[in-house]
Amino acid sequence: MKEILSGNEAFARGAYEAGIQVVTGYPGTPSSEIIKTIGELYNEDIYCEWSTNEKVAMDAAAGAAYSGRRSMVTTKQVGMNVLSDSLLYTVYTGAEAGLVVITADDPGLFSSQNEQDNRWYSRLAKIPTLEPQDSQEAKDFVVKGIEISEKFDVPVLIRSVMRISHSKTIVKLGERPEVPKEVYKFPRNIPKYNCTAMYAKKMHAKVEKRLLDIQEWLETSDLNKIEWRDTKIGIITAGVVHTYVRDVFPNASILKLGMINPIPKKLIKDFALKVDKLIIIEELDPVLEEQIKALGIAVNGKDIFSPCYELLPDRMKEFATKAGLLKTEKSPENKYGELLKNLPVRSPVFCPGCPHRSSFYVMNKLKVPVAGDIGCYNLGSMPPFNAQHTMGSMGASIGVLHGISLAKIPENAVCTIGDSTFFHSGMPPLVNMVHNGGRGVVVIMDNSSTAMTGHQDHPGIGWNVTRDRKAKKIEIEPLVRAMGVEKVVTVNAFNVKEVKEGLEECLEFEGVAVLITKGECIFVSRNPKPAFTVNTEKCIACHTCFKVGCPAVVMDVVKNEKNDKFKVKIDPTLCNGCSVCSQVCPTGAIEAPQLGKESLAE
Amino acid sequence: MKNINFLVAGVGGQGTILASDIMAETGMLIGYDVKKTDVLGLAIRGGSVISHIRWGEKVDAPMSMRGKVDYLLAFEPIEALRQIEFLNRESTTVFNEYKVPPVTVSSGLATYPSDDVIVKTLKNSAKKICSINATSKAVEAGSVKAMNVMMLGALSPFLDVNIEIWEKAIEKFVPKRFKELNIKAFHTGREIIKKKENFL
Repeated sequence: MKEILSGNEAFARGAYEAGIQVVTGYPGTPSSEIIKTIGELYNEDIYCEWSTNEKVAMDAAAGAAYSGRRSMVTTKQVGMNVLSDSLLYTVYTGAEAGLVVITADDPGLFSSQNEQDNRWYSRLAKIPTLEPQDSQEAKDFVVKGIEISEKFDVPVLIRSVMRISHSKTIVKLGERPEVPKEVYKFPRNIPKYNCTAMYAKKMHAKVEKRLLDIQEWLETSDLNKIEWRDTKIGIITAGVVHTYVRDVFPNASILKLGMINPIPKKLIKDFALKVDKLIIIEELDPVLEEQIKALGIAVNGKDIFSPCYELLPDRMKEFATKAGLLKTEKSPENKYGELLKNLPVRSPVFCPGCPHRSSFYVMNKLKVPVAGDIGCYNLGSMPPFNAQHTMGSMGASIGVLHGISLAKIPENAVCTIGDSTFFHSGMPPLVNMVHNGGRGVVVIMDNSSTAMTGHQDHPGIGWNVTRDRKAKKIEIEPLVRAMGVEKVVTVNAFNVKEVKEGLEECLEFEGVAVLITKGECIFVSRNPKPAFTVNTEKCIACHTCFKVGCPAVVMDVVKNEKNDKFKVKIDPTLCNGCSVCSQVCPTGAIEAPQLGKESLAE
Repeated sequence: MKNINFLVAGVGGQGTILASDIMAETGMLIGYDVKKTDVLGLAIRGGSVISHIRWGEKVDAPMSMRGKVDYLLAFEPIEALRQIEFLNRESTTVFNEYKVPPVTVSSGLATYPSDDVIVKTLKNSAKKICSINATSKAVEAGSVKAMNVMMLGALSPFLDVNIEIWEKAIEKFVPKRFKELNIKAFHTGREIIKKKENFL
């Protein structure tokens, strides 16, 4: 049986075919669809959950693997920073059953705050690491990863990138092996599983020896593939970049590594001897290149190919041509440059009917300093709002707000954090702020969803991704009160007046105040209201409604002759009837479809 | 054989990914090796979305290089313009005439290119261009959501693929209750282009 699967669907299928029984993770592009797929297709056989954060996910998977269940963790590249604390101890301990961690990196920063290369974690943690080139290998490498994990008693890292996770290729499907229903008792093996210094000392020696054992085994493994063609140029590469190399250098000899940590040193030396010129082609950092150079082999790599962004075939070809590796082709004349530069950009915007719109409209109006966090609401940093002034990592906003108050700037500041992000890593900094007497307003934007990554559940929601979908809902308001916050105001996120008054009230407070803006993501409520319309007679073309940045509010062809500006209309195919634009209209020109019909703001 | 390279371009919310999934499935059903890759922005709605699809005996990279796309299927005029560097003198472009102005345009920060510029540029960039107002036709047919499948229908006369294969691929990806609507939309798109382009 063959099917077209995305890399993430293939990783999920791999978990099924590897006999994995527990999968945990926190959502993050481009990794989120792995657990989504398991929840939809394989949850009869595999327990999966969205954990509150990546570290919690890693610990839970470790506990399950210690107890004899094959387990897997999924994360995006920056989630690895959260997860790594626990990854490192699992490399020391090993487990009773296979344990695989998948990191999905984001070269090109399609949905991330940085372009970190998680292959460095392979070296830091001394963890064997596989890198697939397509969905077939994505599936196969999970199975292989569990095999290696159990053979060498070590977790295995699988490194994906957006182009693996989100591309689709044909996959041959296999079967799920028999897995034990019952497992042996929890191993009370303190020297193996308790990383106290006296045991950890021995574990470290084991880690070093194990790495050498794996390297020895790797030299003859079928994970490495050599394709002999012309030997003038030899290329060492791995992962999806191998498929680009095939298109750009169809005649070159290639050593394609399936395992990228450790590396097969003997095999690389042999390959190097048989080619005239050796080139390492890898996206982002020179992780392979530096190790191969350390073997005393002369290579080219980052002197030719940039360490920034994706190394897609067009770009790879440009770099290679510049370095004289490829013949210069007559390049097609660049006749579209000017035109393409002037095309109006389509920057991402809050969806029509988004509950965040009114909050940023208000923050922009009040001109408060805003420390931001990670989620859809970071779109509040874009025009017309320009109201999220910092953003760095998950949960950072509250700590940054605390620091702003420590700096004693003359304004009272605000921070924004989503419901899922608050549970992920917002609770420790809030407790810190209350305990140490900070001042500022924490706006928790509760849209009942982990929206940006595809509407996954989190502890504030009454369902989850497990088989029976049953989950305990944790209410945010009593939670923050229990954390010692004395001023807590909850408002309807769709009601501009309520949001404004709530924020003003909180800004007055001498201490830590929490404003909860409650309003469901339009993709959660799935309850669009009928579209609003503009009464052209009443519209004075003041364009105040454009300040809510809604794609459904567009320019009409009719002008107001007094100010020579175009009036406004609403695209009925886009409007979800949230009423925010009509609330800010000074002349009441934006009208509800039927009078008396309840709107989201009520 | 040479690979057949497609590029589907649209705006978030228009069903670009679904259309490209159907094209990939169609390729596999014919017996080709198939790869596809999507590029979508941060938000679910509003950003530009593109999908590369490649059919062939053996496909390596999932995306085409500039100048190597054989068929550009665009769901919005400026989204077609944005991709012209991928086209060559033998390419075919099929685009939806319905404009979705970016917020930058509706709020007066940028201007939408004139129809004249759009048509002239697209004509110069490929061997053949044709267009339908698939959004309006899809609304007439019962749902704006079927625009993407109608556009696949508009592309279909250029490809030597059995109707049954297209229909099988469409059925796999659209919700059951919208199956008939979508199959009808596919045929509407197909017939309009067949008439326009004098396909026999």
